[in-house]
Amino acid sequence: MKNRTSPRGRSVFQKAAAAPHVVWAVMFIIAPMLFVLYFAFTDTDGNFTLSNIAAIGQYGNTILLSIAFALIATVVCLLIGYPLAYFMSRTSPRTQKVLLVLLMLPMWCNLLIRTYALMALLDNGGLLNSLLESIGLPRLSIVGTNFGVILGMIYDFLPYMVLPIFTVMTKLDKRYVEAAHDLGCNGVRTMTRVVFPLTVSGVVSGVTMVFVPSISTFYISQKLGAGKIDLVGDTIERLFQNTSTYNIGATMSLGMMILIILSVCIMNRFSDGEGRGMII
Amino acid sequence: MMKFLSRFYMAIIFLLLYTPILVLIIFSFNEGGTLSEFTGVSLTWYGELFSDEEALSALINSLILAVSASVIATIIGTFAALGLHHMRNRYIKGAINTVTNIPMMNPDIVTGVSMMLLFVAVSAMLGSRDLFGFGTLLIAHVTFDLPYVLLSVTPRFKALDKSMSEAAQDLGCTPARAFFMVDLPEILPGIVSALMMSFTLSLDDFVISHFVSSPNFQTLPLYVYNQTAHNVKFSMYALCALIVFIILAILLVVNFAGSFRSVRHRKGGA
Repeated sequence: MKNRTSPRGRSVFQKAAAAPHVVWAVMFIIAPMLFVLYFAFTDTDGNFTLSNIAAIGQYGNTILLSIAFALIATVVCLLIGYPLAYFMSRTSPRTQKVLLVLLMLPMWCNLLIRTYALMALLDNGGLLNSLLESIGLPRLSIVGTNFGVILGMIYDFLPYMVLPIFTVMTKLDKRYVEAAHDLGCNGVRTMTRVVFPLTVSGVVSGVTMVFVPSISTFYISQKLGAGKIDLVGDTIERLFQNTSTYNIGATMSLGMMILIILSVCIMNRFSDGEGRGMII
Repeated sequence: MMKFLSRFYMAIIFLLLYTPILVLIIFSFNEGGTLSEFTGVSLTWYGELFSDEEALSALINSLILAVSASVIATIIGTFAALGLHHMRNRYIKGAINTVTNIPMMNPDIVTGVSMMLLFVAVSAMLGSRDLFGFGTLLIAHVTFDLPYVLLSVTPRFKALDKSMSEAAQDLGCTPARAFFMVDLPEILPGIVSALMMSFTLSLDDFVISHFVSSPNFQTLPLYVYNQTAHNVKFSMYALCALIVFIILAILLVVNFAGSFRSVRHRKGGA
């Protein structure tokens, strides 16, 4: 007789199934994080030091600028994206499907391509400026300005804001809206008191999905900032090109990670945390 | 009136969203090689792209990497989802899930940097051997694919009917055999979507790859990055336009197949 497992018991197979993943996670998720910690608190010779944290002070302006840019981009994306998601969810199911493909196509295009395309359009020798010139208007220099970089963030990440909100919107029970109308709410009150609270989880995940890549980007600031605007991402990228600055780079990365964990925790206070994983 | 306004708003936003991409596609056919003026239709830049061996090898590298990373991640992740599904200790389960999601929550640059530091440290321990290349890219890609694999496979396990597997075991199957014969066909759609998702994520990744790659093994996004670093190259426009076309085709096919599946599902009575 084979020693069969009882219905509720677990076999060795079931117990061991997660083992490769656990080993992988320890080696390639936990260990790299520990190395970030190690590098952040040591000098180039491997001795313990806190001087890296002090050295971050010289990047104070860069950090503040990055936070400001990411916040502006996120707020603008929300202001543009929320009505868009709302209007999209009010169309017929067939139209919704088409609009969804239209929304996902830019998301599936590589970020480099989207940024590069935007830069090509707005550049000094680009189409926009030659069109402006041909109708007798002055040229606009957008590339290389703060506005250009923020515009790049908004353009690149707007779909990430719209998609989760749209997903939650389509699941919204239309009867709540009708009930609110029946009970005497006007359009604005229905929006603020019924629709928005019911779609907060989508907003939270949209905000996270715009804020995190915006604050850590370096390609957008390289291309649309024309190398003149330095954000945290650019700084980290540069610090990791040279062995002697790995330690400060690690400290910067650690700082960014802590900042993002804190913001995500604060954001999650506003929702039940169901918004995650709605990306596809 | 409201309806007109909402249509108008959607049209404007989508137009703005697509203008840069459309301009890029149109100018990839521009004979003149300027961005300001369209002088005539030509395939010059496509010709230049296809004769560029570096671009072709980057494409092949990208495909090899994306296929191997997605297959490895899907296998490890599916078994992980199985193990987690049967795990009783909630705290260990929660801890594993949290750790798995770290690469998904972290900005890519932090994930990339952390893996780079690991490889730097290991290579220092091995006497300064240069580890960077296909192997490091593969490890990094599997790592950032894993949370997405678990995300798409885990719900399938939760929806499983336990009694089916138990019946199979009562009829003499070993647990492993019961899994492969009974449960696996049920979770297959989750596995397929995990494969597709991790494949596209790997193909698309630039930031993490940027930190763990070496010049010897360039993927397509890394190639685009290097080519666009300094001056405008019109063969890159052609490449970008091609990629957009391919993605559009895939999206249309997936969407078409998706609607086909949902129709069938409805007919089956759900």
